[in-house]
Amino acid sequence: MIAIEITVLIKQVPLTGEVEVDPETGNLVREGVASQTNPYDLHALEAALQIRERLGGTVTALSMGPPQAEATLREAYSMGADRGILLSDRAFAGADTLATAYTLSRALERIPFDLVLAGMQTTDGDTAQVGPGVAEFFGMPHASYVAEILDVAPGGVRVLVDAGDREAEMLLSTPALLTLTRRANGPRLPSFKLRLATADREVQTWTLADLEGDAGGDIAGQRYFGLDGSPTWVDRIFPPPANPERETWRGDAGELARRLVEALEGWRYL
Amino acid sequence: MRPVAFEPVTPALIRELKEIVGDDAVVVREDIPEEYSHDEMAPVRGWPEVAVFPGNTDEVSRIMALAHGAGVPVTTRGAGTGLMGGATAVEGGILLVTTRMDRVLEVDEANMVARVQPGVVLLTFAEEMEERGFLYAPDPGEKSATIGGNVMTNAGGMRAIKYGVTRDHVRGMEVVLSDGHVLRLGGKVAKNASGYNLMHLMIGSEGTLGVVTEITVRLLPLPEVLTTLLVPFQSPTDAVGMVPILGKAGIIPQALEFFRDDVLDSSTDYLGRPFPHHGAPAYLMMRLEASSRQEMERFIDRAGRLCLEGGADDVLIADTAERQATLWDARGAFLEALGWTDIDECDVVVPRDAMAEMMLYSDEVSREVGLTFSSFGHAGDGNMHINILRGDLPEEEWIARRDRAMELLYARCASLGGMVSGEHGIGYSKRGYLREHTDPMELELMRRVKESFDPRGILNPGKIIPGMEAEGN
Repeated sequence: MIAIEITVLIKQVPLTGEVEVDPETGNLVREGVASQTNPYDLHALEAALQIRERLGGTVTALSMGPPQAEATLREAYSMGADRGILLSDRAFAGADTLATAYTLSRALERIPFDLVLAGMQTTDGDTAQVGPGVAEFFGMPHASYVAEILDVAPGGVRVLVDAGDREAEMLLSTPALLTLTRRANGPRLPSFKLRLATADREVQTWTLADLEGDAGGDIAGQRYFGLDGSPTWVDRIFPPPANPERETWRGDAGELARRLVEALEGWRYL
Repeated sequence: MRPVAFEPVTPALIRELKEIVGDDAVVVREDIPEEYSHDEMAPVRGWPEVAVFPGNTDEVSRIMALAHGAGVPVTTRGAGTGLMGGATAVEGGILLVTTRMDRVLEVDEANMVARVQPGVVLLTFAEEMEERGFLYAPDPGEKSATIGGNVMTNAGGMRAIKYGVTRDHVRGMEVVLSDGHVLRLGGKVAKNASGYNLMHLMIGSEGTLGVVTEITVRLLPLPEVLTTLLVPFQSPTDAVGMVPILGKAGIIPQALEFFRDDVLDSSTDYLGRPFPHHGAPAYLMMRLEASSRQEMERFIDRAGRLCLEGGADDVLIADTAERQATLWDARGAFLEALGWTDIDECDVVVPRDAMAEMMLYSDEVSREVGLTFSSFGHAGDGNMHINILRGDLPEEEWIARRDRAMELLYARCASLGGMVSGEHGIGYSKRGYLREHTDPMELELMRRVKESFDPRGILNPGKIIPGMEAEGN
């Protein structure tokens, strides 16, 4: 066993896939909405647990959010995570992807790791920016849209990246950060047995003071956290309009293919 | 009652049928698609002489009056998703297909009932009701079935443990009798003590007593919170042994399924999707419902502890719609994954405390006759689907071994106080077993019932009751 230390970034998101937007404020409606762990992050956690099962090591789940986000770390425990850390402070509230990535990267300085795994995006924000942002702030190599972790060895990790129109194999030196697609695996379910066994295990809460702690003068003060550290101003959030227009074509394959090409050219997609 | 001799479908009769339903809604023999000659499993074949697709009750009534006058048999068919040959026109004649009668006529929210035509597809209806905040509780595995077919076979399904079977959700119906007379039975009322309940006689009669043309079903409020527990066991008997323990502790899941790793593996291979657990010899899968998250947590805690005490390896918690879909999609594909052609099925139901014994015995039978069984079942109600696989046996050998297996299984089922069919019905395929395991007096009463509804014996001849058909079984 070579013992790989892995930190998984997980986020608590609203349970429903249909995120509601307050039409007045443009903000996501979170009150009264039941929550779940971001489904993409479950694939990251699963990948981490599988690596631990093969190579040994520990899996740390790291989340940022209000105190109730502890539930998501408890769920990570019931799936097999060894350690849970929640970054929770009023000073972190209102963070955009930049401030969130910065905060997480600061926390990572206090956690020993070889690999950081995250879901490729969240179901509430859909930006896919936080993972790469964390890696950039931290200063480590990263790969997004990882469909498969092919090999993990001391000092490096080989992955298959799904770039939509093509796939690429990449070799990264560790420490590195990967964001995973849903192709990567099928996440395990929370275990009642582990839930009982970890009922007394602590979820650590780290505040701004903890991050400033021994980083001394290196940390850039409160202006990089939360709302103060967020240059993004949301003007309006809206679901992309659905196009209800449908046409059904029938005919033989060759004829249909010609028609499709003509139509795509007509729309200037080709 | 003597075997009935039927009249053939004549060109004149076809002309009259066309007058009733229109030219487009009549298909004569050589143009009838092959799928209308059988159902989804039974090796039974039967080509109707003519298929008609009526659009309303009046047309059905006129078709029946015509057939009655002419002495031509009529077999009613919905989506043809049955497994026992019930909707196959084994005596030829007219195949009356209800799929055009597919409208939801009324959703009465105050009385919490809906009126539907028989050709309404179960899945579409259940989803439509869900959107309106209602649960239509009957939940047979075959979602492309019609409600009419469900009613006429008294279909069961996964939620039967908590909500009962289709019968428990029918409040009223309109039915066309064998001579074309239209009769309304029941209604929107929640109770009915008004004489013999003919509606309940009609339910599960597999089209042998009448043609249902409208059904009033009850609707329930949607449960607030659903969670599914997947519980792996090392011992299949421990797994089924949990069922009475859970019941006694007041855990009444909405569905409680039992399966083994071989069925699970073939299903997940078939779907090509990952499943969150593999390799346990037996599984229970239960869907719990609660009115709040807090209540659900209490259920999970209680059920979880009981299962661990009862020998479970673990209790895995699927608490989101997505997690639950992964589990139930795999369950839903069990039968499909086995393939349709070379299997036969024993759909026995036993008292639920006898399920473990029945299961162990089926292993024994499988060894004895040298055939592979693939079994799963609704553990909550003691209903097992023992699927007998042909493998690569030659026809004669397959039939001999299968018949021997069926004989042994039904005999043990009877001695355990079970019944020949839990939910798939008798149809054509299981008539012999019904005859063998039913009190002759009960069979005689069934015959008399049939005779009083259908004196000419034209409705779905050859089904359910042995002795009604021209040839023996």
